[in-house]
This record gives sequence, C-alpha cells and structure tokens, in this order.
Amino acid sequence: MVRKLLPLTAALCLLSFSTAFAGEGLDSGDTAWIIVSAALVMMMTPAGLALFYGGMSRYKNLLNTFAMTLVAYCLTSVIWMVWGYTLSFGPDKAGVVGGLDHLFMAGIGVDTLTGSIPTLVFAMFQMTFACITVALVLGAIVDRMKFSSWVVFTVLWVTFIYCPVAHWAWGGGWMGAMGALDFAGGTVVHINAGVAGLVLALVVGKRIGYGKEAMFPSSITLTALGAALLWFGWFGFNAGSALAADGVAASAFLVTNTSAATAALAWMFAEWKVNNKPTVLGLASGVVAGLVAITPAAGFVNMPASLAIGLVAGLLGFYSVAVLKQKLGYDDSLDAFGVHGMCGIWGALATGIFANPAITEGASGLLYGNPKQLWIQIVSIAATAAFTAVGSVVIIYVTKAITGGLRVPEEEEVQGLDSTVHGERGFEII
Amino acid sequence: MKKIEAVIKPFKLDDVKEALNEIGIQGMTITEVKGYGRQKGHKEIYRGAEYVVDFIPKVKIEIVVDAERADQVVEAILESAKTGKIGDGKIFVLPVEEAIRVRTGEKGKDAI
Repeated sequence: MVRKLLPLTAALCLLSFSTAFAGEGLDSGDTAWIIVSAALVMMMTPAGLALFYGGMSRYKNLLNTFAMTLVAYCLTSVIWMVWGYTLSFGPDKAGVVGGLDHLFMAGIGVDTLTGSIPTLVFAMFQMTFACITVALVLGAIVDRMKFSSWVVFTVLWVTFIYCPVAHWAWGGGWMGAMGALDFAGGTVVHINAGVAGLVLALVVGKRIGYGKEAMFPSSITLTALGAALLWFGWFGFNAGSALAADGVAASAFLVTNTSAATAALAWMFAEWKVNNKPTVLGLASGVVAGLVAITPAAGFVNMPASLAIGLVAGLLGFYSVAVLKQKLGYDDSLDAFGVHGMCGIWGALATGIFANPAITEGASGLLYGNPKQLWIQIVSIAATAAFTAVGSVVIIYVTKAITGGLRVPEEEEVQGLDSTVHGERGFEII
Repeated sequence: MKKIEAVIKPFKLDDVKEALNEIGIQGMTITEVKGYGRQKGHKEIYRGAEYVVDFIPKVKIEIVVDAERADQVVEAILESAKTGKIGDGKIFVLPVEEAIRVRTGEKGKDAI
C-alpha cells in the first residue's frame, strides 16, 4: 500500500512543491480546503462555463450549449472514476501514462492518503479539472456540431488526450520530471483545450453564414454572470492546487484575483480605444483571459508579477479574438483557442519568466537567475500543443466514422439546435 | 373617413397618447415595429465581429377618424412626437372605405 502511494507522492511534489505534506498523516485543515475547492471547481463547468458559453451562443442554440457542457461534466465524472484517474495518477509507465491499478478506484480506501489529504478527495479534485478541460473545447464548435458526435468525442478525448497529458505534468510523467512548472493547469487544461478546440473548429468547419450574417450572442448578461462564477470557482482551481491550506494557497488566491482584474481592465481599455466602446463581453472575456494566464503561475509568482501577467493576458486575448481570428479566418465560435489557447501559452511562458523561489522553494524563472526554466516551459508548451493537435485530429476522424459525420444537417443548423436536437427552447419570449 | 398611420419613437408613445386623448380621440391600435429610414442603423461589435443593426425599434400607431378630424390628429401627433432629431418618424394619411363595429354591426362614422 505504502509503495503504491510513493509515485503519487512524488507526483505531488512536482505538482505543488508544497511543504505541507512533509508532515505525517491526514491534515484536517488541508482536507477541508480541498473538499471545498473541488466543489468550487465543479461549479465552474455546469454553471460557470455553461452560462459563459451559453450567453455567447445564439438564442436558438443556448440550451444545446448548456447540454453539451452538462453532458461533458457527467461523462467525464464517470470516466474518471472508472479509468481516467488511474490513467492519469496510477503507477507511472515509462513517463507516458499511469498504470491500470486503480480501475474503478480499486485499492483506494478511506484511509488512503495523497500528501495530507485522502486520495478520494484528491481524485475528486482532479476529476473536476478533467471535466472543465473537455468542456472548454466545445466553445470552438457551438451552433453546429452533432450532439452524438460531441458525446463520442468527449469520451475519446478525455481518455486518450487529457489523461496522458495530466499524467505527464502531474502524475509522475516526463514533463514533471523534466521540471516543467504547471501549478494548476496551463498546459494540461488551457493549452490542451485551446489547441483541441482550434483543430475541432477547423475540421468541423464554419457556421452557415459566418462572416456574412449577424450572429448575436443570446445574452451577454448570462455571459457576465458565467464569468463571475468562473472567477469565484477559480479560487478553488488555483488556490486549491496547492493541495494544502497554507501560504502558497494564500498567495495563489491573491495573484489569481489580481491577474483576472488586471486583464479585464486591459481588455476593456484596449477595446475602448480601438472600437470606441468598453463592452461587457470584453470585460467578461478579459476576466477569463487573466484567470487562464495566471493558472500555471499561481503558486510560483508574487503579486507584482500577477499584474504583468494579467496586463499582457488582457491585451493578448483582445488581439487574438479581435484581430488574429479575423485574419486567419477560422470560426472558433466562442474563442476557445483565442482565450484559452493563447493566454494559456502566455501563462506557461510567464511562469518560466516570473517564478519566484520565495513563493515556492526550488521554482525559479528567468528573472531569478534560471533562464533554463523558460526553455523547459517552451518544450512543455510545444509538446502539449503538438500531441493535442495530432491526437485530436485522430480522435475527431474516429468520432466522425462512429457517428456518421460531425455536423447537424444544414436545415437543423438554420432552425437551431435547441428545437431540433433537444425539442426544447431556452426562452419563452412573446 | 381617414386612417392615420404614424411611426414614432417608442419613448414618445405616452406623450402622443395624451395629446390624442386631449383632442378627444377615444381609441387607437399600436404595434411594436422595426425599421429604418434616413436615420439608418447602428453598429454592434462582439469580440471584434462587427454587425450593423439596420432595423431600429419604433412604435406604429393606427387611428381611424372622420375625414374632417384628420388634420387635427396629424397636428397633435406632430407636436407630441417631435424631438427635432433624426429618427422622429413619419405620418401617413390614407382613405378608408368602410368601418364596421363587430358587436353591433354599425357602419361608417358611427362605428369609429
């Protein structure tokens, strides 16, 4: 039993460098905080992301966006308990994937510990990350993808893309061993989801009428509320990733908020200057951009660094969705790549620049005399992006073969997916 | 009999209704409509995607009166709906052949 736990403990050292689990046995404070964190991160998917994305999708596809988010959460919850957890955090196999020792959570009891918290809590916490990562992808293809294709894609993608990458960074795999710093999921969550979204958007193709007809968001109000819930949940996401209720968690908590606020302001002022109006969608998008960018850095950087990270994230996010996307001409409907991919990459690089050993011992970036860290970050970004891009293409074509195409028929797309797929409507407005 | 159709700014509806009440007009039909004339629409930008919103919300008032009163009604609407800015709307006056009250079957002037 103890031997089985060793790889897990090693993985955790790489994950957080936290000193909290140097002590023996269960810590009730840590356990309480991670239970709360897991619940906070849970809320980010079926509430935060569903509202954020749903409000941006067209009125006729709002429920479909909610449905895809909710089904992604439910599917991943089951997959994680059956085979996902063990593929990510089971005993390391050649640095690439976890072994199958914990299928159906076998061998993990109420007394099993990961660091200072029960492994059952750790598994739940990690599950919520897997759930939101795959759900983030759907932002790229709302308004047009078949629901059956989304279900199949979710199952395959979590299994063959998310689990290995989570193992690489956090489960004792090669990326963690190389010294890549990813506190709460810059590579594993955001670059992973962003790149997969871009690939999916390219394969599925543009929405009918994209660039020609007006595609109004169904409700910016819902989107703003969703951004607020994501922000709230992100405190669990980042501060919880310390896996302890300690000073690192406190620091992560603080820099998360600062980065989000700074990025929102940066996006707002940039848009105000360029397009003459400070939009609410811009503010909400800026919040998410700042949260994404601080994610890999949360437990490694100090407050001034979070100002810089947020500032660049806000400007980069605005540039990506307002300029870059138009130039490249792909239809990433809700900007899964523009916000999560681009700002995720910035966050992973920023971690290599700003990591401060005073926050977490042994984690130093470029500015603290360790330029090699930046190179390690670049390798981890490139490897994640390349693996995800290639792997997602394979999964998308397998999905296409299984469900007989990825897109709804043209007529259904025009009529809207709420009525044609679900037989319901998001609003009753006379 | 004449029918007066006036397309006005929505926020002016109450003023117009009051003005018409004052000159003794006892009924009207209104519809929320959208349209554009010289005012044109406006632009909305969502994450860099720019959409021109051509059709602006307006209220259309329809009133049928005795032909002699048409000028008076037009005058009341003109005064009460005017802001002096572009987009104040338009008034049309059309001839009406017949009017019938459904409840009693009365026709012509008696029906309006």
